[in-house]
Amino acid sequence: MRYRSRRGIPGFRLSLGLTVSFLSLMVLLPMLSIVILSSGLGPRGFWEAVSDPRVLAGYRVSFLCSLIAASLNSVFGLILAWVLVRYRFPGRRFIDGLIELPFALPTAVTGIALATLYSDKGWFGKPLAALGLRAAYSETGIILALTFITIPFVVRAVQPVLEQLDRSYEEAGRMLGASPPQIFRRVIFPEITPALLTGFGLSFARALGEYGSVVFIAGNMPFRTEIAPLLIMIKLEQFNYMEATAVALVMLAASFLIMFGINCIQSRASSFVRG
Amino acid sequence: MHNKNNLWLPRLLIALSFAFVLLMLAAPLSVVLAEAFSSGWELYLKAVTDHYALRAAQLTVIATLSSVLLNVAFGLTAAWAVTRFSFRGKGLLTTLIDIPFAVSPVIAGLVFILLFGRLSPLHSFLDAYNLRIVFAVPGIVLVTIFVTLPFVAREIIPVLEARGTDEEQAAALMGAGFFRIFRRITFPHIRWALLYSLILCAARAMGEFGAVSVVSGHLRGKTNTLPLHVEILYSEYQFTAAFAVSSVLAAAAIAILVARNIVELAARKEKKSNVR
Repeated sequence: MRYRSRRGIPGFRLSLGLTVSFLSLMVLLPMLSIVILSSGLGPRGFWEAVSDPRVLAGYRVSFLCSLIAASLNSVFGLILAWVLVRYRFPGRRFIDGLIELPFALPTAVTGIALATLYSDKGWFGKPLAALGLRAAYSETGIILALTFITIPFVVRAVQPVLEQLDRSYEEAGRMLGASPPQIFRRVIFPEITPALLTGFGLSFARALGEYGSVVFIAGNMPFRTEIAPLLIMIKLEQFNYMEATAVALVMLAASFLIMFGINCIQSRASSFVRG
Repeated sequence: MHNKNNLWLPRLLIALSFAFVLLMLAAPLSVVLAEAFSSGWELYLKAVTDHYALRAAQLTVIATLSSVLLNVAFGLTAAWAVTRFSFRGKGLLTTLIDIPFAVSPVIAGLVFILLFGRLSPLHSFLDAYNLRIVFAVPGIVLVTIFVTLPFVAREIIPVLEARGTDEEQAAALMGAGFFRIFRRITFPHIRWALLYSLILCAARAMGEFGAVSVVSGHLRGKTNTLPLHVEILYSEYQFTAAFAVSSVLAAAAIAILVARNIVELAARKEKKSNVR
């Protein structure tokens, strides 16, 4: 007689079968359809679609603005995480609670709120305009929107690592006569670097693909403030599915590269911890 | 520990944090409310109770609920398979789960147009049975499910991974069946993570714009969700109405944030009492 328990924990075939079939239908098949359709364009047509000057300008705008937004967030995210973990002060819960607002607020709402805030008549746009600075309907607007939507990534990546950091190393550093900047650079910073890079990568990947919050504030001028996802949208509205797919494939390749990089950082970091 | 010399740094950092959060987060949120009520209550109520706004709200609720329900089912099943057993290709499977997070919402929408639209080999079949998927409600529900797919699985997999399988193995050895093991052993460990991820999933589903915009077709009263309705009002220069509808979404976002904080606090409390 065979005991059920000899097979150990039940539900292997069923759970794996359901997971694999659902993922095949919802993820694998849709992703394959992109590859198949853009191959229908042929190498020449594909190249022409993705190297069109307007498309190249779109990639450039998306890439640069996302890079700047992710860098800004790395600086402020690190400061926010540090302040939330290390200091106790009135209003701390308010800051902590508000960090995830960009994940909770629909991107269209973010988009129209930022566009209104930074337009020439807006609360922030008016004083900026008086100084001769233009925020909305320029690259600055795109960067602002991308920074807003990616605020939580770095904070939430760094915060748990800082919380678990063993303070005795800092204590030892202090005893040995290290100054606070030295302790930060030599003791704390190396420990949080993987988390910081992960947060940066996630912000960058999310910013590259963002659409809703950007289109309202960008102004969408060809060659200047058109982001790559908008170009896909424009081509779709013209029923130019082939070219839209080609542009999308390049974007997909870029995001997979970033995700791959993040995974490498994370597996290296965890093997480092394990020793 | 702090002497007067190094007190300026914490103060500076705290001040910087407040400035950043107020300028970058609180200000946009306040603008939504200020603009929504800028023309008085009457206009606000009119915009919020407008026929098309209500229909859009209905569709948003349908899409959000479906994606939340499917996420629970898929997330739990996938987490069970990935963390309770070892098998070949596990890495590939978890990568597949993560893909929707790496894909731009616009591309997510595009993918479903390719799959079910005119160019698709499925199209003639769907047409013959008069089934509409893209530019119709099923498409909206499908893309919402796609963009939110990883939420629950990603949150629960690390929790279960950290727990190990000893307890479940012992229970199975003593003859407990699947549902008993799940309900008595696994579920209590993951319930906070599950709740937490569902809250975030609901937030994303409610606010999804890019992907839904691609597959919607923008038929008022039929395939319009609340975020799409906001866009239409805004592009028609009905700013007050756009912000009024936005304020409803913003209120939902705030409710989501509050719920998230409550869940986090409760989870922390329980963790502390467990340690003791």
